[in-house]
Amino acid sequence: MFTISQCRKLSENEFEFWVEAPLVAKKAKPGQFVILRINEVGERIPLTIVDCNEQFGTIHLIFQVIGKSTAELAQLKNGDQLHDLLGPLGKPTAIKNYGHVLLVGGGVGIAALYPIIKGLKQAGNRVVTILGAKTKELVILQEECRKYSDQLIIMTDDGSLGRKGLVTDAMKAVFEFEKINHTWAVGPSMMMKFCTLTAENYHVPIFVSLNPIMIDGTGMCGGCRVTIADSVKFACIDGPEFLGSEVNWDEFIMRLGQYRKEEAVAFETYQKQVKEFG
Amino acid sequence: MAKRSYQKTPITEQAPAERIHNFLEVTHGYTLAEGKLEASRCLQCKDAPCIQNCPVMIDIPGFIQAIKEDDLEKAYTIIHQYSNLPAICGRVCPQEKQCEAVCRLGRSKKFEPVAIGKLERLVADWALEQPTEVTPCPLDRGKVAVIGSGPSSLTVAGDLCQLGYQATVFEALHQPGGVLSYGIPEFRLPKKIVAKEIEKIKSLGVEIKTNVAVGKTIDMDEILAEYDACYIAVGAGAPKFMGVPGSGFKGVYSASEFLTRINLMHGYEFPKVATPIKKHQHVAVIGGGNVAMDAARSAKRLGAEQVTVIYRRSEEELPARREEYLHSLEEGIEYLWLTSPVEYLADEEGNIEKIRCIQMELGEPDEQGRRRPKEIPGSEFEVAADEVIEAIGQGANRILLDTFPELAVSSRGYIQTKEASCATNIPGVFAGGDIVTGAATVILAMGAGKLAAKEIDDYIQKKSREGSLL
Repeated sequence: MFTISQCRKLSENEFEFWVEAPLVAKKAKPGQFVILRINEVGERIPLTIVDCNEQFGTIHLIFQVIGKSTAELAQLKNGDQLHDLLGPLGKPTAIKNYGHVLLVGGGVGIAALYPIIKGLKQAGNRVVTILGAKTKELVILQEECRKYSDQLIIMTDDGSLGRKGLVTDAMKAVFEFEKINHTWAVGPSMMMKFCTLTAENYHVPIFVSLNPIMIDGTGMCGGCRVTIADSVKFACIDGPEFLGSEVNWDEFIMRLGQYRKEEAVAFETYQKQVKEFG
Repeated sequence: MAKRSYQKTPITEQAPAERIHNFLEVTHGYTLAEGKLEASRCLQCKDAPCIQNCPVMIDIPGFIQAIKEDDLEKAYTIIHQYSNLPAICGRVCPQEKQCEAVCRLGRSKKFEPVAIGKLERLVADWALEQPTEVTPCPLDRGKVAVIGSGPSSLTVAGDLCQLGYQATVFEALHQPGGVLSYGIPEFRLPKKIVAKEIEKIKSLGVEIKTNVAVGKTIDMDEILAEYDACYIAVGAGAPKFMGVPGSGFKGVYSASEFLTRINLMHGYEFPKVATPIKKHQHVAVIGGGNVAMDAARSAKRLGAEQVTVIYRRSEEELPARREEYLHSLEEGIEYLWLTSPVEYLADEEGNIEKIRCIQMELGEPDEQGRRRPKEIPGSEFEVAADEVIEAIGQGANRILLDTFPELAVSSRGYIQTKEASCATNIPGVFAGGDIVTGAATVILAMGAGKLAAKEIDDYIQKKSREGSLL
């Protein structure tokens, strides 16, 4: 059992937890994730480790309510327990001094981008960060990201914060203006695909953090398989970070939708239960 | 005494028409009366060949004699000296290739061998219903880490506790048991039985830590610093894929994923449980081993209209247990022999629709003596399928091995051990089960665990003797 020591609502649909998991907190590196299960009938879901506090033995998780399990997770309070939590999983981000780096985060993906920003800054890179979201309420971790960025650009779909427009618009502006050695994009699959195309146009290598469907998270089932440079890789052990230019995006996006019908059924059933039993 | 029956005492089973709608166990166990009748068929050979052909060398005539004498407690005591998981082995061992294959009764004309597996199961199931007598024994001879919680690990941990060691098992998943929990389905091996066997082992003093992936959550360095020895039995759980075009389409699964969703996550109870599983009408399973049988029969139970096993050799070479193959036929599973997929074809949305297959023929025998299949040029044909489950085998899981490069592995990625032992190239590190042999059987993994417990005991005792001389 893993106790939730702190929880907070970040926006309408986004929540953060600090969870007591001392072994994970001791080992986790930027780019890694955990798999958790809320209760005995729960499914195993992957969440990126946003931050760790080794002293308190806690890890920081941020999630968006998108279906049954995340809705159930959002109901949990301080002191509640998660039935299972496994990690840190996946390969850590290749943190080193690249020189001048550009980091792009979209929506709840900003949470997964933040530890990479922090790691790269601490490794001596000059960091330019672009954060994008639908509206200003959804630009999470703004201050934290700013702390480790030499320059921070915010883009919103409605122009309620920063500039109005897409993260790729801002990427183009940065690429036009300065020499970038390496870039990262973390966010919705469509965003990462277009970030990849933009970076390719400017011949800048780009890493993306893929978020396919996972079950065990330890390389045992291949549910999270992705095609990278024409060969099959398991995102849970070979990734989740890959070179964007090598990802078969169409297949990846198609596979993400595999359980859409079942996900809707589960969410509806859950919402009905919540209504009936409070 | 009544004349020996030629045949094994019949066992009752759920009728096929009924059982294809549920995941309940197919085979009911023997009643005590049936068991005694079957036990009376045993010839009580002096140098019993069945013992020699059991990987853990259970005193088979001994426990069968005890059943005959109506003393199940004695029968269990005998079995338990050799096996920590008899209720499981009685169910899933390929007895027809092991103990029962060499039974002298079965060797004589007209007679079937003694149903050793079913008798073992009778005794073990009886024992699981008895209150567990806890015999606390001091665990003060040393600390051993056991990595993985499958049959090999459970065996070594149980034996080590009985020898007075503190054994700690580390399991990456949320539930112990390895393949017993996520691989073998409920209708062959009820999870209640697995849980009870694991409880019995825990009552010996074994500690099981779930949600710990060694190599990720903790490192081998930490294990080696804290424990006197360690046993690695992480299995061969990494699925292989055919790699034919279209493997990424929706509806193409590894058997590992399909069975994990069903067995570990109980996807068939969705939405009562949160993990979904797709229900398809025309399911094709690629492969011919036990995993393929399990996947095909599970798909039938999920409600598939038609389930077809596509196997590249013929019925004669089928590696699956005979009993499970016959069960699958009774359940209406169809077979396409000498056939191999070459491409998966999908609709515009990426849902699989058809499999392009090619006809095979058998050539010369390979190193294992099985005739090698080869493609017949120009023989391609299509099979309709809205789901494909690939059950073509598993390889070594790399999570631990990648972070422990000092450990010697073979070219196929399995841990190398010294001949006929469980010792690796690193002193104090032992290994066994599928991570050494490649995917094999539960009982072979248990046999390795038995051996490892002895070697670990010797190692620690020798080390402490040397230590005391200093």
